[in-house]
Amino acid sequence: MAASLRCFLRSGKRAVLVAVRRGIHNSSPAAVQVTVRDALNQAMDEELERDERVFLLGEEVAQYDGAYKVSRGLWKKYGDKRIIDTPISEMGFAGIAVGAAMAGLRPICEFMTFNFSMQAIDQVINSAAKTYYMSAGLQPVPIVFRGPNGASAGVAAQHSQCFAAWYAHCPGLKVVSPWNSEDARGLLKAAIRDDNPVVFLENELMYGVPFEMSDESQSKDFTIPIGKAKVERQGSHITLVSHSRFVGHCLDAAAVLAKEGVDCEVINLRTIRPMDVECIEGSVMKTNHLVTVEGGWPQFGIGAEICARIMEGPAFNFLDAPVTRVTGVDIPMPYAKILEENSLPQVKDIIFSVKKTLNV
Amino acid sequence: MKTMLAIISNALCRITGRSAGEQTVSELLIGLSEFVNLTSPPAAAAVPPQARRLPPKPPPAGGAAQLVSSRTDQTDRPGARVVASRSLSDFTPQATFDIKKCDVHRLEAGPPVRAELTREQGLQYYRTMQTVRRMELKADQLYKQKIIRGFCHLYDGQEACAAGIEAAINPSDHLITAYRAHGYTFTRGVSIREILAELTGRRGGVAKGKGGSMHMYAPHFYGGNGIVGAQVPLGAGIALACQYQGNNQICVTLYGDGAANQGQLFETFNMAALWKLPCIFVCENNKYGMGTSVERASASTDYYKRGDFIPGLRVDGMDVLCVREAAKFAADHCRAGKGPIIMELQTYRYHGHSMSDPGVSYRTREEIQEVRSKSDPISLLKERLLSNNMASVEELKEIDIQIRKEVEEAAQFATSDPEPPLEELCNHIFSNDPPLEVRGTNPWSKLKSIS
Repeated sequence: MAASLRCFLRSGKRAVLVAVRRGIHNSSPAAVQVTVRDALNQAMDEELERDERVFLLGEEVAQYDGAYKVSRGLWKKYGDKRIIDTPISEMGFAGIAVGAAMAGLRPICEFMTFNFSMQAIDQVINSAAKTYYMSAGLQPVPIVFRGPNGASAGVAAQHSQCFAAWYAHCPGLKVVSPWNSEDARGLLKAAIRDDNPVVFLENELMYGVPFEMSDESQSKDFTIPIGKAKVERQGSHITLVSHSRFVGHCLDAAAVLAKEGVDCEVINLRTIRPMDVECIEGSVMKTNHLVTVEGGWPQFGIGAEICARIMEGPAFNFLDAPVTRVTGVDIPMPYAKILEENSLPQVKDIIFSVKKTLNV
Repeated sequence: MKTMLAIISNALCRITGRSAGEQTVSELLIGLSEFVNLTSPPAAAAVPPQARRLPPKPPPAGGAAQLVSSRTDQTDRPGARVVASRSLSDFTPQATFDIKKCDVHRLEAGPPVRAELTREQGLQYYRTMQTVRRMELKADQLYKQKIIRGFCHLYDGQEACAAGIEAAINPSDHLITAYRAHGYTFTRGVSIREILAELTGRRGGVAKGKGGSMHMYAPHFYGGNGIVGAQVPLGAGIALACQYQGNNQICVTLYGDGAANQGQLFETFNMAALWKLPCIFVCENNKYGMGTSVERASASTDYYKRGDFIPGLRVDGMDVLCVREAAKFAADHCRAGKGPIIMELQTYRYHGHSMSDPGVSYRTREEIQEVRSKSDPISLLKERLLSNNMASVEELKEIDIQIRKEVEEAAQFATSDPEPPLEELCNHIFSNDPPLEVRGTNPWSKLKSIS
C-alpha cells in the first residue's frame, strides 16, 4: 500500500499523462495507482504467504532485490529457503525448478530476460510442457517461468527478442502476456495457482508504468482467468487485437482515431495460449475489420496465428477486408535510437494500418 | 509382486519352521530375526583357521534329492565366511562376502569392503535381476517382431546397478534416470505387464501407451527421460524439494558416460554442492556413449572425479553387493547433510545402444563374450549363493521358470491388450483444468481434451 502511494506521488509527468489519456475507466472511488512492478511484487508476496510450497529462484532475485526490482523485499521477508539466488546457469536452474515442481513444490523460475530462456528452453518444453501428456496424467508440473520479454530500450539484438510465438507454439504450456497492473497481478496469481507450466511474459518498459487498480483487484484472492481476453475499449468500426505493451499503443491510436470519427474496439489478449479466439471472432463479427498489433517478428507470429484462426472460423464471412498485421520489423533489433524506434510498431503505424484496412 | 512375496514367505516359513498360514512377510521376517538371534553364535567371533573345513559336495545335478544334513561348516572359499549357522535348516541363512574396494575422490574412507547377504536378500536380488534380464530379452524379441517400435534401449548386463541401488534406498526416496530405464521402472515398482504394455503402446501400459519406452513414471520415480543429461538438473530439483520439505529423503539421479560431458551436469553439480542438496549422482559407465567409446568422448574418463569439488566413488557395477554397499554409503552421506556425492558404476550393456544398433561395429564380439562369461551380474550372484549353500540349483531353476512364466504372461498381455482409444488422443494436456478444445489435423476436426 505504502509502496503504491509512494509510486503515485513519485509518478512523473509521463505517468500522469498516461493516466489522463487512458481516462479513468470503471474505477471505484477508492482506486489506487500501482505500477506493474509493484503489482507483480504484491502478487508474488501474497502467493508466497498463501502457500508454503511456492518459492522463487533466479539470478539476483534475492539479495539484489531482483535485476529489475520486481522481487524487492521478498528475500528480506521470506529468507534463503524461499527466495533463492542462483548462479548464471539457466539450463541448470530451470531444470532444478522443473524437478522441484515434479516433486511437489510450486516454483517460480525467473529468467532475467526471456532471451536467456533459450539456454534453458529444452527444460521448459521437453521437461515441463510435455511431461503431463507423456505420463498420461501421472506427473503434473506446476511451475511458472517469468521474466521480461521483447524489446527494451537500447539493448540491441541479443536482448530484445519476443518469445511469445515460440512458446505459444507448444502444447502443454500456457503462455500469458499481461499489459497493465491489473493484468500483471491477476494473471501472475492465477499462474502460480495453476497446476501446469505457465510462461509469463512481462515487459521491462511497463514495469515502471502506474495504472489505476480497483479495490476488487487488490483482494488477496483476485485472479484473472487464464485464456480470457479483455475488451479494453468498445468500438464499432474496427477491431484491434494486441498483447503486452502494444495494447497501450492501440489505445493511444484509438484515441487519435476517435477524433477523426473512427471508432476502434481494442482487445487485450492477456493470454496467448490458449488464445481467446471467441472474443476476437465476436468482435470481428461486429466490426468487420481486424488489425493485429505485436512487437514480435511477422513470420509465424501471433498475428499470423490470429489470421489463420479467423479464416477457419465463422468470423471470416464477416470480414470486409483482409486482416492486417502490424508487427516488429523483420530484422534483428538495432541499437541506434532512431533505428530501434523504427523497428517496432509506433502509434502512427497502427493509425496508418487502420485507415488502410478501412480504406479511409 | 504377489508371487515374489509368496515365494519369499514360503522360504521364510521353511526356515523358521512356522506354518505358511496367513502370516505377512513382515511378521515372518521378524520371526526370522528372532530365530537367528536364538541360534547364532555371538557376533564377531573370529574363526580360528583350524576350525575351517571343506564345504560339503553339492547335491548331484540331476538328482531330485533334498539337501541333506545340517550346515555348520565354515567354508574356506575366498571371500566367504559363514556368520550364523543352524542345525536344522537346509541353507546357510547369511554370509559375508569380500567386495571390491571402491576408488574414492575427496573422501577419507569409502564403503565397507565386506558385504553381508542373507539368503532372503540373495534370492530377492537374484529374482529382481533375473526378471529385468528376461524382461529385456522379451522386449528384444517383441521389437524384432515389430510389435515394439521406435526407441528401445535395453538394460541387460547392467542389472546389478538397478538392483543394488534399490536395495540400498527406501521406497520413499526418489529416483530419476535417462532413457535406458526399463530396469529402474521395474525396481521402482511398476509391474512387468505395465512396462511391456507401454512398450507395445497399449492402453494397459503404465503411461496408457502415450509415453513409450522412455517415458514411464511411478510414485517417486520420474522416468525415463529422452533428452541426454536433462534428467540431471531435474534430479537435483527433486533433491531440493526433499531438502525444502525436510523429509530426510534423497534423490538418486542417474546418467551415462555419454551424458557426463553435458554442460548442464556441471551447472547442476555446482548448485547441488553450493546448496548441499541430498542428491546421489550416479554415472552408469558402460564404456560406450552410443557408438563412441569413453576414450573417444572424454578428456577424463574418471567420471567419479568429474564433479571436482563433489566427493566421488568408483564402484564395480557388475557386483550387486558392491553397488548396494556403495549406494548405502552414498545415501548416508546425503542424509547426514554433507551434500551431493557422485557414484560411478562400472558396468556393461550386452545389447547395442538401442535396438537399431547391433552393437558390434564399435566393439568386438569377443569383448561382449568376455564380459558375459566373466562378469555377468546374475552369474556372479548365483555363484555366491550356490557355493555358500544359500540356495540350491533347483531352487534357482524354479525361480527362473517362474520368472519366464511371468514375463511370458506379461508379454501375452502386452500383445493382446488393445491400443488406447482415439477419444483419449488429446487428454492429459493440462492438469486439473476444465475440458478444452484441441484443433485436429484440419479446421473441422475439433477434438476434446480432458485433464
